Amino acid sequence: MDNIVCFRTHHLNPPWSLQSYLKVGGYSAWKRILVDKVPRQTILASIKASALRGRGGAGFPTGVKWGFIKAELPGQKYVVCNSDEGEPGTFKDREILLMNPHQVIEGMCIAAYVMSATVGYNYIRGEFWEPYQRFEAALEEAKKEGLLGNNIFGSGFDFHLHTHLGAGAYICGEETALIESLEGKKGFPRYKPPFPATYGLYGKPTTVNNTETFACVPVILEKGAEWFLKLGVPGNGGTKIFSISGHVNKPGNYEAPLGISFQELLKKAGGVRQGHALKAVIPGGSSVPVLPAEVASTLNMDYESLAKAGSLLGAGSIIVMDETTCMVKVLARIAHFYTQESCGQCTPCREGAGWLWRIVHRITQGQGSLKDIELLEDVANKIMGRTICALGDAAAMPVLSFIQHFREEFVYYVQHGKSVVYSQRTSRSRKFLDYSGEVGGFISFG
Amino acid sequence: MVNFEINDKQYSAPDGTLIIQVADREHIAIPRFCYHPKLSIVASCRMCLVEVAKSPKPLPACATPVAEGMKIWTHSPCACDAQKSVMEFLLINHPLDCPICDQGGECELQDQALEYGKDVSRFTEGKRSVKDLDIGPLIKTDMTRCIHCTRCVRFGTEIAGMRELGATGRGEHMEIGTFLEQTVDSEVSGNVIDLCPVGALTSKPFHHKGRAWELQQVASIAPHDCVGSHVYVHTLRGEVMRVVPRQEDSINEVWISDRDRFSYSGLKSPDRLLKPLIKKNNEWVETDWDLALQFTIKSLQAILEKEGGRSVGALVSPSATLEECYLAQKWLRGMGISSIDHRLHRMDFSCDSGGPSPCPTFGLALTELENADTILLIGSHPRTEQPLINHRLAKAARKGAQIIMVNPIQYDFNFKVAAELTPSGGQLLHPLLGIMNALLSQKNERPHFAWLTPFLKNTVSTPEEKQVAEWLGRGNKKVAIFLGLQAQAHWHASALQLVAEALALFCQASLGYLTEGANSVGAWVSGVLPDQGPGGISLSEGKGLNAHSMVKTPLPAYVLFGGVEPEFDLANTVAARRALSESAFVVAFSPFRGGMCEQYAKVMLPIAAYTETEGTFINGEGRWQSFNAANPPPGEARPGWEVLRALTALCGGPGSLYSRSEEVRDELKHIVQNVPSVTLPSLEQRFRRIEPILSESKEGLRVVTEWPIYRVDSLVRRSKPLQDTAASPLFRARLNPKTASLYSIKGENKMRIRREGEFECILPVAVDKKIPENTVHIASALEGGGNMGQQGAVQVFLESNKDA
Repeated sequence: MDNIVCFRTHHLNPPWSLQSYLKVGGYSAWKRILVDKVPRQTILASIKASALRGRGGAGFPTGVKWGFIKAELPGQKYVVCNSDEGEPGTFKDREILLMNPHQVIEGMCIAAYVMSATVGYNYIRGEFWEPYQRFEAALEEAKKEGLLGNNIFGSGFDFHLHTHLGAGAYICGEETALIESLEGKKGFPRYKPPFPATYGLYGKPTTVNNTETFACVPVILEKGAEWFLKLGVPGNGGTKIFSISGHVNKPGNYEAPLGISFQELLKKAGGVRQGHALKAVIPGGSSVPVLPAEVASTLNMDYESLAKAGSLLGAGSIIVMDETTCMVKVLARIAHFYTQESCGQCTPCREGAGWLWRIVHRITQGQGSLKDIELLEDVANKIMGRTICALGDAAAMPVLSFIQHFREEFVYYVQHGKSVVYSQRTSRSRKFLDYSGEVGGFISFG
Repeated sequence: MVNFEINDKQYSAPDGTLIIQVADREHIAIPRFCYHPKLSIVASCRMCLVEVAKSPKPLPACATPVAEGMKIWTHSPCACDAQKSVMEFLLINHPLDCPICDQGGECELQDQALEYGKDVSRFTEGKRSVKDLDIGPLIKTDMTRCIHCTRCVRFGTEIAGMRELGATGRGEHMEIGTFLEQTVDSEVSGNVIDLCPVGALTSKPFHHKGRAWELQQVASIAPHDCVGSHVYVHTLRGEVMRVVPRQEDSINEVWISDRDRFSYSGLKSPDRLLKPLIKKNNEWVETDWDLALQFTIKSLQAILEKEGGRSVGALVSPSATLEECYLAQKWLRGMGISSIDHRLHRMDFSCDSGGPSPCPTFGLALTELENADTILLIGSHPRTEQPLINHRLAKAARKGAQIIMVNPIQYDFNFKVAAELTPSGGQLLHPLLGIMNALLSQKNERPHFAWLTPFLKNTVSTPEEKQVAEWLGRGNKKVAIFLGLQAQAHWHASALQLVAEALALFCQASLGYLTEGANSVGAWVSGVLPDQGPGGISLSEGKGLNAHSMVKTPLPAYVLFGGVEPEFDLANTVAARRALSESAFVVAFSPFRGGMCEQYAKVMLPIAAYTETEGTFINGEGRWQSFNAANPPPGEARPGWEVLRALTALCGGPGSLYSRSEEVRDELKHIVQNVPSVTLPSLEQRFRRIEPILSESKEGLRVVTEWPIYRVDSLVRRSKPLQDTAASPLFRARLNPKTASLYSIKGENKMRIRREGEFECILPVAVDKKIPENTVHIASALEGGGNMGQQGAVQVFLESNKDA
């Protein structure tokens, strides 16, 4: 039984109602804080002690982030929830919003209390119409119950929470682009510093956290930081929702303790599909470096272990690929994604992401040369670390890691004009949808 | 102050200074595209990446402040690699069509590509191309060349105060454009041409007219408003090709208005007067200068002998140079002509009889203006009248200044206005009296203002006026009061001036004038006034008529100097037309022929336009700014001061002694330095003169006119690109819906406007909520607008639609 934090209402029917949430102890932390007037520092200390780290991908310690906001300073402050879940391979926030929206609300309330913010926004991805409606309904329930609004439980604390539906831009998942978008502007990431903690929404101190991060907060305060910390491994408190997709038998979201071994997690997802062998794993969403099977198989799923293995935990979005996968085509698909999603603000990403995709695309069309592989690496290196936000790195990292681990596949493709994978397979499966080009269609190989 | 190292050399700078600012100060080259010292920082082009010790990544110099002990390398392998790779990225989708690009030779991308680019591109795919936009007659677009630095976008938001250009699309599909297809209409829009580092935004009138390296550059001063913006005139083989700003942080910073930038097109108008012309038997006959000048003098002398000194009126352009002004009044006064004036827009001179008029300066420096706390503008629309004053006001507003407008109609401001008072019927005087009254009642412990109380006995202050009075009278605040063009052209101009003076005195504020033309101050200093000589000295005898009186009752002869077109430039164009057509002799000193001048003039003398003559303008701050000619005048046209020198010589004066225009200026300077200070009669005494005005009824319908931005002088009126902009208004009588319904007038109607015994004209109507009640607002100086009389009370009638 791993559904103890974000998915703790999953066994109830329906899991998303206020009733169900109250049944599992929901809003008890929020009420206790307001009634007992728990000092901010106490809450902050237990968040820090729980080793809760940002679940959106960066893994930054949440307690430290909250501590950047000077709650005692006068002036408006904001709490913003980042539900603009757009990373390919990630689909956990959608499920949290659908199944347990109240826990996000409670988490945001507590965060607002700690930072003395009176207004919060939940920025929900534009395509998430259902989760949006579910969250809105939950907000209504909470307001009716007096859990939100002015002078909550007579404590004198006001908190107003609003939902904002995005317009379909991946970049708005970047916190400063999200802030710009919330302000009604084009989703361009801001140059940092200043960070949102000092200059955020409408220029006011702002904390932006991921949906899952907020959803962890009430449980920490209910059951204690120690309990939460012990769920995971040192420095990696709690459980994490792993979105497992790709060539597995049972793709889906799995709540599991941080530090769980990859093998165990794979078992939860039903293992690699029948009769096939694991080839590669993207462990944290499309932007993190890919890992070959032999590395992935020995992994423990926590921030440090993955960093040591040369990748990142990211948002815990595991894309599993078996031996039928052509890595060149996967890269073409990923590169195309970043080409389309670059915001266009800064030069290396705007121009470079499209260039990367065009080179990989050319290779997949059988028109590449060996020089192109070097060119890919060189262009990717020239994007890395030179952009305003991390999207440039996100576009470059897959390229570098795919070539690092699967260079021979690229070489084969260039030399033979076709994929090493398809040449080994029967003619029946040779027709594949070409995802890598804007012009779709079937390409025959051989 | 922090100490740090750039390229292993020690420097120090105030805390918070950006690396690129220090590098610019120390002349260390750092390439950049999106950074511009006058715009906000976006750090998006990534061209200025430099290596900073202890930073794992190269950092943008434009967004990284220096810190104690910081070590920066601008040309290390790490920095160079970053800069070169950004350049490679910028060039992959740039068309590299430099041979056919107007920016070629002065292109930041071209220059930096030379240093940081490669000779062969590794990018072998197809390049991006973007559809061009038509954003109006001033700016040419080639958006395929755009490198997305967003300087133009930020300029719109931060400087022009209008978000006209923006970025649409994402990633490599990002485009700069207007979103909906429309023109860019800001009055300072041309600056994006200079800001654009590539050839995406270039000058439309200059399109394919010449290459940057062929042009010759001469520093000059802009001739259309009292700001005195510094410009460069670029010429090619003696022809002006374009005008661009010259940096002067205390005046125009790095900007100029579109009017100053594109008016040069008028220099090439087919209307240019190329030879002296004399009218014989109603035909224009070309002649030579000697004959023309002698004919002029003889004709004037004959009339003067017959009719006396007051029989000739001389109207001098407020944009004539200081030298022209000084020599003109010297020659005219030498001839015995005393009716000399440059205040063409004015119709009320009742103050003049109360003593000398004050020098119409700003009262404070432009840089001080943006630091003022409270600014009161009376009858002013700086956005069209002095666009760069408007920019300073916008800066002041951004710093939190309370800006108060008292205007005949509501305007669109591009900054936050604290209060906008638009009295009914254009009666600007009454809100001012209301403010004065509120100030007096707030601070009645000021006994030396007690004399004012009786003047205000009929005044009741509105809450709005009380609020304004509170802002003005806070004390310890820097207050600036300005009388704008419309206050000076107002039928109560003198009274407005006196009340403004009283307000300024009471609030310890500066009082300034935002005047017409480029050299109103210069004209005042040179004595182009009917009752004041050079240096502003009051003339005890030989006082002449002012500009308004000169045409109110027709005179036998007129001298028009500097391209004055009375049918457009005077307050009462109806009277002006009648006076000039009835007169026996008119001599026009002008760069232009054409228009009505050909009908009423007897002699037309071609003088140089502004880029063609050296001279001096004194701007509103009182700054003497001399400039050289950039190109020779066309045909036989001669600089005005030379023509006047010849005339003075012919009349037997000492004019031929001047060999250079500087001598004229220095002679005047010497006079000015030795002028005794003027003492005006007390404010109380002067207030007595306006007492009858205070008891005038403020009821009734009144016409309010305004000179549109591109109709202010003969040069601008001939600049085709400016005339083609959206700022060219239609000839309409604009009315408030309430007033319109009072006279049963609707938007599609025509209206007959009449003032008994003076004029009558028929105009199409536009109903506009921005016009206060009892006001008919009409743009003056429009083609076909000649039958509009002066501002003030009128009767209106619905014109039956049968002729429509």
